[in-house]
Amino acid sequence: MKAFHTVTSRAAVLDRPDVDTDQIIPKQFLKRIERTGFGEFLFFDWRKDPAFELNQPEAQGTRILLAGRNFGCGSSREHAPWALEDYGFDAVIAPSFGDIFRQNSFKIGLLPVSLPAEQVRELMTRARAGEELTVDLEARTAGGFPFELDDFQRECLLEGLDEIGLTLREDAAIAAYEAAHTAPISTLTV
Amino acid sequence: MGLTLFEKVWESHVVSRGEGRPDLLYVDLHLVHEVTSPQAFEGLRVAGRPVRRPDLTLATMDHNVPTGDDTPVDPLSQQQLDVLARNCADFGVPLYETGSGREGIVHVIGPELGLTQPGITIVCGDSHTSTHGALGALAFGIGTSEVEHVLATQTLAQRKPRSLRIRFEGDLPPGVTAKDLVLAAIGRLGVDGGVGHVIEYAGPVIEQLSMEGRLTICNMSIEAGARAGMIAPDATTFAYLEGRPAAPQGPAWEQALDRWRALPTDSDAAFDRELVIDVAAIRSQVTWGTNPGMVVSIDGAVPDPAEMDDADEQAAAERALAYMGLEPGTPIREIDVDRVFIGSCTNSRIEDLRAAAAVVRGRHVHPSVRAMVVPGSAQVKTQAEAEGLDRIFTAAGFEWRRAGCSMCLGMNPDILAPGERCASTSNRNFEGRQGAGGRTHLVSPAVAAATALLGHFADAGELVGA
Repeated sequence: MKAFHTVTSRAAVLDRPDVDTDQIIPKQFLKRIERTGFGEFLFFDWRKDPAFELNQPEAQGTRILLAGRNFGCGSSREHAPWALEDYGFDAVIAPSFGDIFRQNSFKIGLLPVSLPAEQVRELMTRARAGEELTVDLEARTAGGFPFELDDFQRECLLEGLDEIGLTLREDAAIAAYEAAHTAPISTLTV
Repeated sequence: MGLTLFEKVWESHVVSRGEGRPDLLYVDLHLVHEVTSPQAFEGLRVAGRPVRRPDLTLATMDHNVPTGDDTPVDPLSQQQLDVLARNCADFGVPLYETGSGREGIVHVIGPELGLTQPGITIVCGDSHTSTHGALGALAFGIGTSEVEHVLATQTLAQRKPRSLRIRFEGDLPPGVTAKDLVLAAIGRLGVDGGVGHVIEYAGPVIEQLSMEGRLTICNMSIEAGARAGMIAPDATTFAYLEGRPAAPQGPAWEQALDRWRALPTDSDAAFDRELVIDVAAIRSQVTWGTNPGMVVSIDGAVPDPAEMDDADEQAAAERALAYMGLEPGTPIREIDVDRVFIGSCTNSRIEDLRAAAAVVRGRHVHPSVRAMVVPGSAQVKTQAEAEGLDRIFTAAGFEWRRAGCSMCLGMNPDILAPGERCASTSNRNFEGRQGAGGRTHLVSPAVAAATALLGHFADAGELVGA
């Protein structure tokens, strides 16, 4: 996984609640079998509108996205964080996120930062004025505001750790669980 | 203090636990489909890792498959289907491919085969995995990185969510279905009201619901933001499971019953949040906007954003109405539709098709409407045909199709044209969900059927004398 330490950039503002993953990356782009190349299809339908936020000159080259509450709700498609990351974003700051989107983002090194709504609003104002924001994972701050993130998640991101490798170190515990529990089902004998 | 159903299942699946890190949970059943798995299998291949437990893994083809008898598969979809078949062969994962007679929507075939059982943990790279919670399983959707993690380790690192109980109480009015209950609940909670929570649905109304109805309710938990929904297993659950291919048999059945009967939430268990919904006032529900929380009674009207308090909500409603091509104040029953879709992991089971057929029998689809029925699985299709439901639908002018996800998300050729309006029994009315520019209204199977016949939103009551 890609490691994350700190990013300083102007920020794009997408001030809408409940942006779902169908908007972030529509279904016709889920047929690829690769993890890469989704950025050009990010917000595919919305980007057809010249007035769309990400089409504005000030949004170009930004690496931080400021969004409304419940960003990334809906489908479990990891293609949504893949598309945001491939497009050039390193962090998304919002009052809240869809649970699966948030989890998926951590797995690929796209940092989802939850801040209270009024702080996100203040950052949007600063971003619209052209101010650069810094998201610092080490210090757990975004635009100067502290955010919560547990130590495990933070360490995984800072180190870019392979979580599967980490879990496989617990092979003895997994084997012990399997020895102590008879599998309730088998898909081979249905 | 007692434990909730959710806590009992969670605690019995903790493989390891440590300060400052998520619990490592064991996964009893991992369901796989063609869209969210190719990159996960590729990751295994690159790292030289095997699938740890192919015997706890099952793959099917559902999202991309065409549902017309002669519809060709587009090359990209075909590639994804071929890659799934190759991955399953290479890694020893059982696959129910198209034509096997057991294929279907992943959330329909799990319960149907008896693989979905009380007290087990189930994951799948699909947000509607919450469906399986209807049998008292802890089931939730995951992304592709987590799919790879489960394939490699049969475990998942997860933080324990909070718990929310929704009790449905009161007398269920005639014609009001499980779909209406869950849409009304989402309308009440909001589409982010369940974020960070596992919902347990309870109360006398739930206890009296069929298994199919419970599956519909748990299916839409994710539309309130909750990753999982659960319902306590009871006599209805056991009767549904008994005799299914993967269900325990003989002495093992009795032992399983003993385990399952201990699962329901203890009377002194505490939830982080509770919500009580009186169902007596609920009527058939129709969504008017671009998320499932934008919902009203079929007797109501399109709401006026100007009357909304919250500025975000107001702006979202204005956007939604512009997209949906609707004016505030328009009575829901006066809105005409172009298309009707009966299907999806929400409402494509035999009971859903029976409910729709009961409305349709002896009548005909409105001339300006194109209507289709897509059974949730090959087995549902076979059963419906044995009951003659297909002939009721086709005689009325419905298209009767092969099993798959179909127009719920339009990854196959079943999509709306821009501007087309659809009454759909699926779960998401997001912009473009059923085709770019398409306008989706979520409804129950009975309302979808009545709407197909009259050409505007209607419930079965409106057909009396029509």
